[in-house]
Amino acid sequence: MSEELLTVRNLVTHFYTYRGIVKALEGVDLTVDRREVIGLVGETGSGKSVTALSIMRLIEPPGKIIGGEVIFDGRDLLKLSDEEMRRVRGKEISMIFQEPTLALNPVLTIGLQIQEAIETQDIRKEDTEKLATVMLEKVGLPDPERMFKNYPHELSGGMAQRAMIAMALSMKPKLLIADEPTSSLDVTVQAQILDLMKKLVEEIGASVLYITHNLGVAAEICDKIAVMYTGNIVEFSDVLMMFEEPLHPYTQGLLNAIPKLGHDLYTIGGEVPDLVNPPTGCRFHPRCQEALDICSKAKPQLIEVKKGHLVACHLLKY
Amino acid sequence: MGDDMFRNVKNEAQRFVDKWAEEHRYQIQDVKFTMYLWRRSRLSLVGSGIVVALIVVSLLAPHLPLYDPFELNVQNRLLPPSWEHLCGTDQLGRDILTRMINGSRISLMIGAMVVTIASLIGLVLGLVSGYFGRKIDEAIMRLTDMFFAFPRLVLAMAVAAALGPGINNTMLAIAVVSWPIYARLARAGALQVKNEIYVEAAKSIGAGHMRTLFLHILPMILHLIIVQATLDMGGVILEAAGLSFIGLGAQPPSPEWGLMVSEGRHYIHMNWWVSTLPGVAIVITALGFNLLGDGLRDIFDVRTRR
Amino acid sequence: MVLVLFGVLVITFLLSHVVPADPIGAILGPQAPLEMVEKIRHEWGFDRPLYEQFVDYVWRVLHGDLGKSIRTNRAVTRDLMNYFPATIELATFSTFLAIVMGIPLGIISAMKKDKIPDHFARVFAISGISIPVYWLELVMLIVFYYQLGLLPGPGRLDPYMTYPPRVTGLLLIDSLLAGRLDAFVNALQHLIIPSFVLGMFGAASIARMTRSSMLEILRKEYVRTAKAKGLRERVVIIRHILRNALIPTVTVIGVTYGGLLEGSILTETILAWNGLGQYATGSFLYLDFMAVMGVTIFIAVIYSLTNLFVDILYAYLDPRIRYG
Repeated sequence: MSEELLTVRNLVTHFYTYRGIVKALEGVDLTVDRREVIGLVGETGSGKSVTALSIMRLIEPPGKIIGGEVIFDGRDLLKLSDEEMRRVRGKEISMIFQEPTLALNPVLTIGLQIQEAIETQDIRKEDTEKLATVMLEKVGLPDPERMFKNYPHELSGGMAQRAMIAMALSMKPKLLIADEPTSSLDVTVQAQILDLMKKLVEEIGASVLYITHNLGVAAEICDKIAVMYTGNIVEFSDVLMMFEEPLHPYTQGLLNAIPKLGHDLYTIGGEVPDLVNPPTGCRFHPRCQEALDICSKAKPQLIEVKKGHLVACHLLKY
Repeated sequence: MGDDMFRNVKNEAQRFVDKWAEEHRYQIQDVKFTMYLWRRSRLSLVGSGIVVALIVVSLLAPHLPLYDPFELNVQNRLLPPSWEHLCGTDQLGRDILTRMINGSRISLMIGAMVVTIASLIGLVLGLVSGYFGRKIDEAIMRLTDMFFAFPRLVLAMAVAAALGPGINNTMLAIAVVSWPIYARLARAGALQVKNEIYVEAAKSIGAGHMRTLFLHILPMILHLIIVQATLDMGGVILEAAGLSFIGLGAQPPSPEWGLMVSEGRHYIHMNWWVSTLPGVAIVITALGFNLLGDGLRDIFDVRTRR
Repeated sequence: MVLVLFGVLVITFLLSHVVPADPIGAILGPQAPLEMVEKIRHEWGFDRPLYEQFVDYVWRVLHGDLGKSIRTNRAVTRDLMNYFPATIELATFSTFLAIVMGIPLGIISAMKKDKIPDHFARVFAISGISIPVYWLELVMLIVFYYQLGLLPGPGRLDPYMTYPPRVTGLLLIDSLLAGRLDAFVNALQHLIIPSFVLGMFGAASIARMTRSSMLEILRKEYVRTAKAKGLRERVVIIRHILRNALIPTVTVIGVTYGGLLEGSILTETILAWNGLGQYATGSFLYLDFMAVMGVTIFIAVIYSLTNLFVDILYAYLDPRIRYG
């Protein structure tokens, strides 16, 4: 069994809107190994969520996955039939979302919603109920039997997120995709949820693709980080190296932008590009201080510049 | 010499227009967007087409080469549709097409009057209710609740019965039943808007109540009222025809559509056109207004969501 | 709600009594001698001060006495009880058809948004509010009865057929109870045209509401979660989408039922359907005060009860309202 669990190659996803074609993902490359936590970091609009949804094949019209490969555990997910893909979801790859109280069905009890996730042919109904209650306990919810009968609107944000985690991990998936799971929670609750996730994921031996716009949070729980900018991965390396030696100008900008006492606030100049008419060549070049002539003409590929450190930038060839 | 002067003026004018277009860039884009949406919605185009055609025909009616809508011609009674009488004749020999066209004037007038009266009453009451709140709000809302407790038509009929037959009473009756919706709309809009920051700002620099109400709140809800009014036109025309049908509305010899359908129903076993064709007029008219209203609503919906 | 109903009483009373037209005079005819008109007016109590009449009336209503109809010379309450079942039968059957036609239409319309089924459904929905009920009934009669002879004409039963013994007043039930299968079938046939037409109108508004509700739900986050869990499509549609989308539809069904009561007023006369609608129309035209008030109040009460029932149902279906 290879080390690689998920390999995304050249993933392209477009959205056909009345304003034009939004080129959300323009060739995304990503690797997640087994038992690894990978962070996917980027600004709003960089395409992080679209990447996650594309991997899960949950992109709906007017969006469409145009091309690329998503190789999971040896199979290309993009080539599976709808039914086969459905069987992958929830069982081999699970996903949790940003606003847990909105992501839960308001008219069903949370116990039932977890039970749903567990239902397969092999397990009987009475057992799924028990299993669901056990999961509620595992995620640290008090009084699991009573909690089972509660409705989502009766839960706080933190509790609801725990319930979602219960749902997602109940079938012991190989990969958990977490799309900004703590962004809408209080800071203290955030820490608790992160700890919970770390613990449970290690227990079942799963990998995590952790999506966030917050580099600090990513640094806390991720082994490696992929930085995303406007539809492309621009840098990918393990956490330490990324913080010590960021190679891509955008990553450097992000790190500089973290407020430090005693220093002026640094911002990356320019605006986020329009995805309908993105800049030619390297999409970051209009905002890049060190842009070369070639940067506006040719798109840089993501290449391994040092061991385990990939960057997509023309500067590094010279 | 004159040429130069002319060219100068032209250049000045051009510069002025360009500057104005630049300053009002967003509004122009806005209008263009609205026109785009309008064209894209086929149904609302059809609706607007029908309504416009209707208005034109009803305005031109007296000048069109038609028969006399009231002239009795008993020898020619109950003639089926033919080249001379495109929609046939009724039980008194009158040309049905002529009466239908004249009926459009009546229906449009009823619709316009009722909607105007109802929306004005409702608007005022609703704005006052939402803006001033508390006791006034309670009172007015209780009143609208009472009106909503009745199925609309039943109440209209009771009012019409009480007032007596005739078109004017019909209009009154339907207006009485229609205003609560506008009041609710206006109130909702007022509630929403009165808490907005710019209204607070306006009040803090001393703008009076009336000014706030009209300058700030009204424009925000105007589009809702327009949509409701357009949709209501269809409903009102149907209700008026319904009242006439059962005998409470227009009276003979008025060429009102509902009345025509009612008069014709004694002949449906042999002479289907007397009842059927006026009904078609009702359908087309109501359809036109409903399509238009729906289209308008879609357009405003997209605009507000943007 | 009590306040509202009281207001209803007030409004109805005012309408019937503060009236330009004079019913007694109308019924007796313009030739009637003045003393006779006055005498009858006194008998009926119409010459007392308005306030007195109102209090007296409210008192009696609270005891179930809705007065006596000038036209039929029976207690209004009795009249209402007599004619009520026919309309209920029609309204219920029509609502059933409306639900069966409307909900699937709304669902398909939402799921295939902007494609052919959606356009058809939208046109259907708009036609539903653009077509006069009575006109469509006439057209159906013309086509299916007078021209094609496929369906029976006016009336609840064929003229030659006898009514089964009256237990509930609902023909479908009474005929079954009496073992009269022929009456049952005949009654069913007679129900087809009116309930189909009325049902069509109900279906239009139900489809509309279902469609917009579906469209809103389809955009919700939890639908995506359900799919991300790998649930079967059928489960997602029924348990997650419909279970939420159909809740507002319940409200519309309640409104539709009320609307059908209205529709019955317009159509029962044409169809010789001796129900509430025919009674109401007659009362309105005759300015039969007591009957007018009685009918209006009765309909308003049914309407309010239906709405109340729908509200309760809504609360039951949506836990957010139930548990606040």
